[in-house]
Amino acid sequence: MAKSNEPFLWALFGAGGMIAALFIPITLLITSVLLMCNVVSAEKLLNLCRNPLVRLYLFVLISLPLFHWAHRFRFTLVDLGLKAIKGPIAILCYGSALAGTVIAAFLLIRIWA
Amino acid sequence: MTTKEYHRPMPALWWLHNSQLILFMIRELTSVFVAGYAVFLIVLISKVNDDRAFKETLHCPTALVFQIIALPFVLFHSVTWFNLTPKAIVLFRGEERVNPLMIAGGHYVLWVLVSGLILLVAV
Amino acid sequence: MMANQTISLEVFRYHPETDEKPRYQTYQVPFHEDWVVLDALNYIKDQVDGTLTYRWSCRMGVCGSCGMMVNGDPKLTCAAFLKSYSGPIRVEPLTNFPVIRDLVINFDDFLHKLKEVKAWMIPKEERPLAQGEYLQTPAELAQFKQYSMCINCMLCYAACPVYGLEPKFLGPAAIALAQRYNLDSRDGAKDERAEIVSSSEGIWECTFVGECTRVCPKHVDPAGAIQQAKVINTQDWWLAFLMPWGKKSS
Repeated sequence: MAKSNEPFLWALFGAGGMIAALFIPITLLITSVLLMCNVVSAEKLLNLCRNPLVRLYLFVLISLPLFHWAHRFRFTLVDLGLKAIKGPIAILCYGSALAGTVIAAFLLIRIWA
Repeated sequence: MTTKEYHRPMPALWWLHNSQLILFMIRELTSVFVAGYAVFLIVLISKVNDDRAFKETLHCPTALVFQIIALPFVLFHSVTWFNLTPKAIVLFRGEERVNPLMIAGGHYVLWVLVSGLILLVAV
Repeated sequence: MMANQTISLEVFRYHPETDEKPRYQTYQVPFHEDWVVLDALNYIKDQVDGTLTYRWSCRMGVCGSCGMMVNGDPKLTCAAFLKSYSGPIRVEPLTNFPVIRDLVINFDDFLHKLKEVKAWMIPKEERPLAQGEYLQTPAELAQFKQYSMCINCMLCYAACPVYGLEPKFLGPAAIALAQRYNLDSRDGAKDERAEIVSSSEGIWECTFVGECTRVCPKHVDPAGAIQQAKVINTQDWWLAFLMPWGKKSS
């Protein structure tokens, strides 16, 4: 049995990194530049957010990248000198990602189509 | 005879030492902008049941400025991520290793395809 | 090229019996098109200052003895040409290791880690001589050949900031060598090594900075070895988690 539970966290980091890499740039463009240039409309985006598949997409796009950030940021803070408190840092980072995941799930479930 | 060895301390700003390390640190910090966008999405979806609030959030100048600043960083995340996939995904065909450029290239193709798909849905 | 051109070397000096702290000593060395930093050091020791202490052996990039920091970058001094540098060349002992004297480092930690990861062949079962040699296909060789090129020069440890920040980290070469044996079809000790390699001081300490691969003179790509080890360990972890009754490793 694997001694360390890092593989689990790394799998989340990897999945989050892949999702973020593939989907965040275009989604960000849609909610900013393309919206400003009227290529997409706010009305359409609002309606899309009521679609169950889009809600699932948004959940994945919120949750996994948050875990990606948590894992990466935790190591970065240690690299920047905070080795002494690496335990609390890990709890804070993964805790925040978990909180974001739960909040997103709650918000997305209560949207009525 | 024991001699005292000299221990050189690691400088606090070790990552400023060369350009590769600086790029590494920037790469790691892109995760902050990735998380930032996720938080923006959380704020956005919290307003779906209120048409006006939703549109206000979308058009909010702070949100737009954050996204414009975040854009190069999330792109840097994507590029560095896809470029590193061949290091983790090692495939062999017999005794020949599949060209790392194919692995990375495959991800770029996938990126273009899914981006096109999302764009079609949103436009 | 003018015959009497010189180049200056700023060399890290430390004699523990007389020095509280290290200092730098500047030497003028003749410039030759085909000289490497090691030639310059040998010139200094032979003609100028016999007290300079450093390691070297093969002078052709296969023994791994002459690793030092040249202008802040870990290099084999037998492979660093004087003509690649403009201005004074600063020569220092490899970073992240204690300095015994001048350019000589204490690398007991590295040797200890090689032992910890069991960087040697441990066959799956006892095989008497009468059974003959192991047969291995070119495809099987290709799986690990790159990682077998390591000459234990430790440039990767000098380049790795994670090792600098956490001396307990196994480090690039030790993990790459563990992979070299794990991926060898003749070896059977992957699970035995996993206890150390897949621990939080093994592969999971690595944040894929990639400096190790950049500085490696034999193109071993230890960073790649570590990432692959992470993938394999993660697959094993999920298999064990989802099917705890099954055989452990993939």
